[in-house]
Amino acid sequence: MELLCPAGSMPALIAAIENGADAVYVGLKDDTNARHFAGLNFDQGKLEQAVRYVHQHGKKIHVAINTFAHPDNWQRWQHAVDSAVAAGVDVLIIADMAVLAYAAERYPYVERHLSVQASATNAAAIEFYRQFGVSRVVLPRVLSLQQVRALARSCDVDLEVFAFGSLCIMAEGRCYLSSYMTGESPNTAGACSPAAFVRWDEQDGHLESRLNGILIDRFAPYETAGYPTLCKGRFTVGEDTYHALEEPTSLNTLDILPQLHAEGIKSLKIEGRQRSPAYVAQITQVWRAAIDAVMKDPEHFAVQNHWQQTLAGLSEGSQTTLGAYHRKWK
Amino acid sequence: MKFSLGPVQYFWPKAQMQQFYQDAADSSVDIVYLGETVCSKRRELKFEDYMAIGHMLRDAGKQVCLSSMTLYEAPNELRELRKYIDNGEFSVEANDVGAIAMLQEKALPFVAGAAINCYNQHSLRRLVGMGLTRWVMPVELSQHWLDTLLSQSVIQDIRDCFETEVLAFGHLPLAWSGRCFTARSENRAKDQCELCCIKYPQGREVASQDGTSVFVLNGIQTQSGYCYNLINQLPTMQGMVDVVRLSPQVTGTFAWLEKFKANLNGNAPQALSKTDSNGYWLSLAGMASG
Repeated sequence: MELLCPAGSMPALIAAIENGADAVYVGLKDDTNARHFAGLNFDQGKLEQAVRYVHQHGKKIHVAINTFAHPDNWQRWQHAVDSAVAAGVDVLIIADMAVLAYAAERYPYVERHLSVQASATNAAAIEFYRQFGVSRVVLPRVLSLQQVRALARSCDVDLEVFAFGSLCIMAEGRCYLSSYMTGESPNTAGACSPAAFVRWDEQDGHLESRLNGILIDRFAPYETAGYPTLCKGRFTVGEDTYHALEEPTSLNTLDILPQLHAEGIKSLKIEGRQRSPAYVAQITQVWRAAIDAVMKDPEHFAVQNHWQQTLAGLSEGSQTTLGAYHRKWK
Repeated sequence: MKFSLGPVQYFWPKAQMQQFYQDAADSSVDIVYLGETVCSKRRELKFEDYMAIGHMLRDAGKQVCLSSMTLYEAPNELRELRKYIDNGEFSVEANDVGAIAMLQEKALPFVAGAAINCYNQHSLRRLVGMGLTRWVMPVELSQHWLDTLLSQSVIQDIRDCFETEVLAFGHLPLAWSGRCFTARSENRAKDQCELCCIKYPQGREVASQDGTSVFVLNGIQTQSGYCYNLINQLPTMQGMVDVVRLSPQVTGTFAWLEKFKANLNGNAPQALSKTDSNGYWLSLAGMASG
């Protein structure tokens, strides 16, 4: 069972490897990846440096090319694949079927993983992507543990699941909420609820967060204000004002680690290329210890209190959830 | 230019559905998409009922297409999808690539719905090779994006092999989740939802705390709070768009169909309300109006 950690920068990548990641994933410095944020990601020189560092430590590096190619800039996505391969990366994580096909035809020997943004949630969809030679599928965060189990038992492709981090509650790659409000979506711009559209105002002692002018939340003085990700705002439905879609919370699957292990899940992905090196270091340490424990003795695996404390401290709203893995969440 | 009715996205009682499709049969619409695309627990109409409605519409001169679900998560849902694929009479609209895989296996032609991620000419060309005969553009794309895509040299030799369809009216389907938001709004778990979405024939409005309509909850689907309406953009679609889709609303759908037809060449523009939008088509935020 692989521990796959996020790296938005060279210091984060070093933190991940030093603290026990088996592999890291990164993005290029443009809109070909779903974390297209200012100050983040790797240009060609940095990517080559990252590959050298990771390989010197006997680990693997994946590159996410997981937005959808634009009609007038197809070359940018081709170039992203070419650059990643030229830098010597181990794996390409791709969402767009045309980009997948390009990589499969041009570089058949480079491992291809299906990005979560391709939204493959069932056996037939996985079958569809098999024609592009994907060896691993990253599952969207909408499936229950029971559904993950059914896929693990029926598909002869490796599965990767999200283990920890920000929780997308919609089927990834098929969510247009962000472009509806701002014009920019994960699929087209590699960003959700982009920071350039965020505004904070003080109104009658309340802090208001807005996204492109739309009120996402209002915080009383005693409340901790969170980033206005649009699906985690407080809205009014009928008579009630509440987190209509989801609360600010992070996904945490420590509690079901033995089950994921038993089903032969190949890789556990930690979300968070936008996070700091210190965050990556702490998360990686906890998950390294947990995976080592479950591999050594799955029967007697017990979640340690200090793991949960560390993870809760690093979570959105200081709370975590099993998300869709747990049927009651749905 | 032809006009189509998309699948009913909401959960309506059987009698209301049958009345709606009787009205569709009597209307001037050319193409009707039929089927449950949102939640597999909604069973007011079963596969056989949809087939019967399909026969009635075909007899009334309509082209009928069966729309399949968008989010498949469980093996029993795929078994239901198999019935749609094997229906033997009507073409199928795929809203998940899993459906495309099954259609491809049977060498059947298909419509790729708006939730299929086809954003560029290379993906479109691949899908045509798999059997796509009509492409419904993803809802978040613009006139400019469509125009750029369709003019790329890589698809010129297959330009006659597929039609282009644009969703031009209705609350836009924007997201699908493992969670049921309508059940959540009633403090119910999804497993104990008691199909409460049947109480909301136009979904449940989600408003910001200062009163802007933001989204509409429709079971596991989240829709746009505003009603998308490209009636005044119809003249700009000429030569690019073959089919204009209207998504059924609880009232007024057929009246809007007639208004759309009257404005094909821009002769009968309509004033839109504050809760209508056309942003996506104009390369703006989806909820904006231009």
